[in-house]
Formats: sequence, structure tokens, C-alpha cells
Amino acid sequence: MAYSDKVIEHYEKPRNVGTLDKEDDTVGTGLVGAPACGDVMRLQIQVDPETEVVKDAKFKTFGCGSAIASSSLVTEWVKGRTLDEVMALKNSQIVEELNLPPVKIHCSVLAEDAVKSAIADFRRKQAERRGDKAGSE
Amino acid sequence: MTTNLPIYMDNAATTPLDPRVLDAMLPYFVDKPGNAASRSHSFGWEAEAAVENARKQVARLIGASSEKEIVFTSGATESDNLAIKGVAGFYKSKGNHIITCKTEHKAVLDTCKRLERTGYEVTYLQPDAQGRVTAEQVRDAITDKTILVTLMLANNEIGTVHPIGEIGAVTRERGVIFHCDAVQGVGKVEFDVEAMKVDLASISAHKMHGPKGVGALYVRRSRPRVRLVAEIDGGGHERGVRSGTLNVPAIVGFGKACELAYDEWREDAKRVHALRERLRKYLFEHLEEVHLNGADDPNRLPGNLNISFSFVEGEAMLMAIKDVAVSSGSACTSASLEPSYVLRALGVDEELAHSSIRFSLSKFNTEDEVDYVGKLVVEQCQRLRDMSPLYEMHKEGIDIKSIEWAAH
Repeated sequence: MAYSDKVIEHYEKPRNVGTLDKEDDTVGTGLVGAPACGDVMRLQIQVDPETEVVKDAKFKTFGCGSAIASSSLVTEWVKGRTLDEVMALKNSQIVEELNLPPVKIHCSVLAEDAVKSAIADFRRKQAERRGDKAGSE
Repeated sequence: MTTNLPIYMDNAATTPLDPRVLDAMLPYFVDKPGNAASRSHSFGWEAEAAVENARKQVARLIGASSEKEIVFTSGATESDNLAIKGVAGFYKSKGNHIITCKTEHKAVLDTCKRLERTGYEVTYLQPDAQGRVTAEQVRDAITDKTILVTLMLANNEIGTVHPIGEIGAVTRERGVIFHCDAVQGVGKVEFDVEAMKVDLASISAHKMHGPKGVGALYVRRSRPRVRLVAEIDGGGHERGVRSGTLNVPAIVGFGKACELAYDEWREDAKRVHALRERLRKYLFEHLEEVHLNGADDPNRLPGNLNISFSFVEGEAMLMAIKDVAVSSGSACTSASLEPSYVLRALGVDEELAHSSIRFSLSKFNTEDEVDYVGKLVVEQCQRLRDMSPLYEMHKEGIDIKSIEWAAH
């Protein structure tokens, strides 16, 4: 597989590899993919509940080079942005930035799913904390 | 001592030419340009003599009783096609049933699939967890409609060696033609068409340090005499079985490669096996959760090491060791986005199939290379596991299989 320099760069020097405390209610965790499909991404965001700004982001990924690069890139992008801004993120932006070949587009879809799933987890925790039973899912 | 990079450990895909093979070939490009079918001048006679000499060299390596039983082809894919379609076509009136195995090469499986669409019936034997089929399975699958059994000597991905001699005894007793795709095993493990009662055998030059683009089909000429319908029509070369001008330099190289293998294969196999074991032991001593795919010795090719590194996706590993040429059963390295059908046929977990790496060593690999690769793989496997959520879960004692993963 011939990868773009950007994929290789992110793959070789991935940003923000690691783990945030998933019990912390300011942390949202998104775990997507499946081992049998050959890729699993876990993306975590730490969010300021007042401003809804993403203060930190970490990932761990089981997957090919472009899956690792897509998750690394996404952690860079979300940091310092508000959740509304992050929600607007599209997988096509990842494809464009990393110049992913067509067979690797699913990696960018997975990264987008991971972000949205992490946000949903954060919002659910916040809703629970406020005791708001009608909290967003 | 410094190790030269990149390192080639993908010898099941193809092998570098032995320099002695190249030396044998060179005169036949410029100085000796004859067409082996030209009967009217010395150039043609010279080429024909060279081809006939190569035929003897090939025949001797596989224990054929006559060089007339060797048909030169463009390679093993063509040999497999010619053997299977050739038998199917010629013995159509006798029956329409073919027996093969789920882990055969695509040149065999896709050929069988095509025949299925034209009225043939194919039984795909289920190998055991190590990738082997037994003579009993073959015996049980034979019906009065069976015209051909086609099974490989050794598997290209996992290196498992089938009990060809035992299977040959069954097919001979039942009067069924036995084709063996011997590509991966010839010159690496014992193979003798007489002793093993093989009736057709495919071999390829470039898997044994010969040139690409040339191979052979062994076709038994007596007891039983095997007849084939030709695939390629034309000038009637190769006794009408395979028309087309012979690739003289390549055939000469093929012959030389067979001669070298005949003289040296046992010694080479011993050395290659020692290298493979050195690599295997190093990896198993330094890494947890690594799994050997395929069979144990002696039912395994000496140079094959197929390992699944749990929690690490195969293609990511290939990228991590980019100065080392190996291959993976990961979906990401195939066009189909499916992980290795061979590993899945063995019942290997899909996750582990995605995590598999095949190292295939040859006589040209060295201890230094093995040590370099072992160290690099351990380092990179650890690096990738440190960024794998599955490894973290494993460390926390979470059973990955207990999680309901969303398919995507």
C-alpha cells in the first residue's frame, strides 16, 4: 500500500496516544470498530463542562497505518475546539488531509464515528450528573 | 557486522535468482538465440539440446521416470489450469467429480470454481487446525464419479505439508488421477512422483531461485498414462499439450535451479530450518500472546514462519518493519478486504487472521538478518501494542470476545 507522507508521518509519530480516566465525568470515551474487522479505535476527550471546549484528547487504535493516522489526526483537530465545532467534523476532511486511497476511506469513517461516540458519552455523563433523565444520547 | 537493508524474507512469494542460474541463462539471450523448434539449423539444434537438458534436470529433481513427462509452461498457475481443466476435459465421459481442499492456492480453487459453473462437482476438503488433510478424508470423498484429486504439497501461507505419499496410495488404489501443486515444497521437502504415486505435478522456477515466467507440469506417461485436453492451441509444441515458442533462457535457468536443488536441497533445508527456528524462538521468548499458524515440524516447510501477533493489526506491523519484506494475512493487504481465507479455513479467529505475519526464509538469508528482524519485530510489536486498545483491555483482564462489537 503506497501511503501519503502525511499518513506515514502520523503513523510513525502518532500524537496523543494514551488513556484518560473513563470514570471521570468530564471524559467522553468512544470505542468503535471490531477486532474481527481488523480495526478498533478508542478515542477519548476531556471537556470543560462550562465552555464545552475539548481540553485534551487521547487515542488508542488497533488497525492499519491509515487507521492509526486517522485517529492521531483527529485528536489534534479536536483539541481546543468546542463540541459543536467538533460535531461538524466530517470524515471527508480526514480523507483530504491524509490523502487516503479509496480502500482506506472506512478508516476516516471510523475516526468520525469515534469522535461522535466520545461526545455522546460525555453528554450522557453530564446529563446523568445533572440528574436530567431526558439527557441527550 | 552491519546488516544490509532492506532484508528480503518473502521467499514464498518469489526468490532471488541463484547467481549460478543467471550464469547458465546468459548465453541463451544473445550468443545462442535459437528457437528450440527450428529444425533446420544449428541455432535451433543448440536451443533444443539446452531445453532437453533442462527437461532432464527437472525430471530428476521430482523423481520422474522420463524427461518426456515434463511439459514446460509459463509457471505454476498455468500448470494448475492445464492439469485440472485438462483432466476435466479429457475424462468428462468418465465422471464429473473433483476433490480438493479449502486451503489450496487460488490457481487451483478458482479453476475448480470455473469448472463448477460448467457442470462439474467439487468437494472442498476441510483441513484440520494445522492445515492438513488426511488420506482417509480423501478416501471417504471419492465417489464413482471422481476423476481427479488435486492437493498441494505445501501451503504457501502457513507452510503446512500434506501427506502426499499416503494420499497417492489411496488415489492409485481407487484409480483416480492425482494432481499435486508442488510449487512451495519442491526443493524444500521430500517430493518424488514415483514414490508418492503422483500423476500430475505443478512446479515453478521462481520459487526455487530460478527465473520468473517459467514452470512445468509433470504428466505421467505410464501406469496410468494421463491424458489432457490442451489449453493453448498452436504449433503443437510440448507434444501438443502446450503450444507456444519455448522460453529457452528461462527453461535453461529453471533446469539449472533444479540441478542445484537436487544436489543441495537437503543441506539448504537444514540451514534454513535452523534460521527459522532461531527467529521463532526469539519471538516466542520475547513476546507474549504470539501464536504459530500452521503445523509443527516435520509437517511444516523449513523456511515458513507464520505468526499472529495478538492485538496488532498485520498491515500496521508491515509498516513498522518496512525495511523487512514479509507479508500478512490481514485484510488490509488484500484487494478483497477479507483476511486470509487459508487461516479462516483453519478456524483461526478473524482478529488473529488480521494479525498474522508470514516470514518466509531462503538459503540466502543469514543469522545476522534473522537477529535484526527478531529484535525489530519485538520492538515494534511492543510499540504497536502500547497504542492498541485491545492490548490495554487484555492487560486489564477484559475478555475481548465478551464485548459486543458493532459490525461496520
